[in-house]
Amino acid sequence: MEQTITQKILARAANRKFVNTGENVWLNVDVLLTHDVCGPPTFDIFNQEFGEGARVWDPEKVVVLPDHYIFTANEHAHRNIDLLRKFAKEQNLPNYYDVGTDRYRGVCHVALAEEGFNLPGTVLFGTDSHTCTSGAFGMFGSGIGNTDAAFILGTGKLWEKVPESMLFTFDGEMPEYLSAKDLILQILGDIGTDGATYRAMEFNGEAIHSLPMEERMTLTNMAIEGGGMNGIIAVDEITEAFVKSKTSKPYEIFTSDPGAAYFSKTRYNASEMEPVVAKPHSPDNRATVQSMKGTKITKSYIGSCTGGKLADFKLAAKILSGQRVSVPTNIVPATVKVARDLETELYNGKSLKSIFEDAGCSIALPSCAACLGGPTDTVGRSVDRDVVVSTTNRNFPGRMGSKQAEVYLASPLTAAASAITGKLTDPRNYL
Amino acid sequence: MESIIQGKAFVLGRNIDTDQIIPAEHLVYSLSDPEEVKLYGKFALSGVPLAQSGLPAGNIPFVQEGSFASDYTIIIAGQNFGCGSSREHAPFALQVAGVKAIIAESYARIFYRNCVDGGFVIPYETAIQLAETVKTGDELKIDIKANTVENLTSGETYQLNALGDVFNIVEAGGIFAYARKENLMAQS
Ligand code: SF4
Repeated sequence: MEQTITQKILARAANRKFVNTGENVWLNVDVLLTHDVCGPPTFDIFNQEFGEGARVWDPEKVVVLPDHYIFTANEHAHRNIDLLRKFAKEQNLPNYYDVGTDRYRGVCHVALAEEGFNLPGTVLFGTDSHTCTSGAFGMFGSGIGNTDAAFILGTGKLWEKVPESMLFTFDGEMPEYLSAKDLILQILGDIGTDGATYRAMEFNGEAIHSLPMEERMTLTNMAIEGGGMNGIIAVDEITEAFVKSKTSKPYEIFTSDPGAAYFSKTRYNASEMEPVVAKPHSPDNRATVQSMKGTKITKSYIGSCTGGKLADFKLAAKILSGQRVSVPTNIVPATVKVARDLETELYNGKSLKSIFEDAGCSIALPSCAACLGGPTDTVGRSVDRDVVVSTTNRNFPGRMGSKQAEVYLASPLTAAASAITGKLTDPRNYL
Repeated sequence: MESIIQGKAFVLGRNIDTDQIIPAEHLVYSLSDPEEVKLYGKFALSGVPLAQSGLPAGNIPFVQEGSFASDYTIIIAGQNFGCGSSREHAPFALQVAGVKAIIAESYARIFYRNCVDGGFVIPYETAIQLAETVKTGDELKIDIKANTVENLTSGETYQLNALGDVFNIVEAGGIFAYARKENLMAQS
């Protein structure tokens, strides 16, 4: 029987040759990810269910990356970090990246890739819905809750229903005015926020395989915005080069069989597509930037796991080089590494950091920051009736802070162009 | 497991995401300290814009000012309930507020898993657009064996989808109870 890449990876994890879509299988988990919001309750459940003194199934396979509420005076947030620290110490977890030390990394999904935890063919579960990001590496990544995570901590196993797959093919060449964010917002506008519920979203085509890993991660990151269980892109030379530069661990490459059954197959031609935004208050509320041009904004926000990677800032810098922003613009690198790269990566002979500073942007410390609102002292948090153009992945009511605020999701190019004019602006005006 | 769930309905629209169920700023409270746990009840569904809270009339707060639990114990909603972030705090907050069951047209996967595996609330699905017919405050009675819900206020009865594969986990009270029963935890 022919299988999709997702089926093959799950079959491997279930010690089977073949798994059917729709069947529930028990999987051996390769990596469990957690962070400061869901780690403490997960550890609580683990201790309760397996008993004090219980050991995690494999300390090497547990990755703890605090990133959500880092730079805040909120004492509950600090307590969460203390709880992570305590558990990591008790369990001797080698992959704990403590805040306030030089081990601190930043946003978990980006840090996983940087630290070489994303390995083709493996199964990753994480207590964060955007764990699907890692699917860009030809692996299975999916979000779960604390109870499921606690179960994995003790047993190394979890049940999952094998998903049907939806295939999205992008032919053609990627124009310079588009980013992966435009592609995924296009799809979401077509399928809706529940269009992929309980399914895998598989991406292929010439345009996808021309993208650097970070851009591919933007696509798989937002599979969850369509309700997807996972997003996945098959391995190519770009993937292998990235993985090999981070780790020497072995991995296995799977590809979809030509005759594998799909729930649906959709084709797009990237060279014919336009920059788009998702209007308030849903990621599937798509409109072209052209049709929305002139909409006044009060803030621009370039950051998060989906929009705060080096590739995102390279795009933003192309637009902001030699320009001035006219609304408060927050640059929030996802990780410490991205923050450092802003200093060394050059565009037209200038570092990205100085391009952003000269344009009048403020550069924040690396963390999730206002992507999910956070405590009231969070950098970039929306207030009152703010209208924000943002490279983040969600614009549900209140997501970035204020319930009255409006958030337009957009590519780093569109967010940068709009920051200059103070209105939603097509990036082609500045390229 | 009880075989009947009876209570007042609270009606919501579609795409109720977990930020609306429990806004991110409240995720910092302890999930085990009894005093702090009460706050999850207090802020359950506090992110729903007031106009859409308690349909069809709207403007009905799910939890009364100064209270830590809701008068409503059955939630009726449209498609894609629980979309957005993976926070298990969401079904937990609903449970703390007193919710016993949700009846929605469909759920986001992570929220659905959390309801079942954590044993917080029972997530029923139905093909019928109950959010269009049931009114906030109607008295509902769910028959777990028959997979039906009766609206005692209007006198109508509706079919619910069977829980299927997950019934055993729901019946056991969550994934740990189920795994113990089935000896799945012994392997570790
Ligand atoms: S940056 Fe935003 S979407 Fe990404 S992990 Fe942090 S809160 Fe979640």
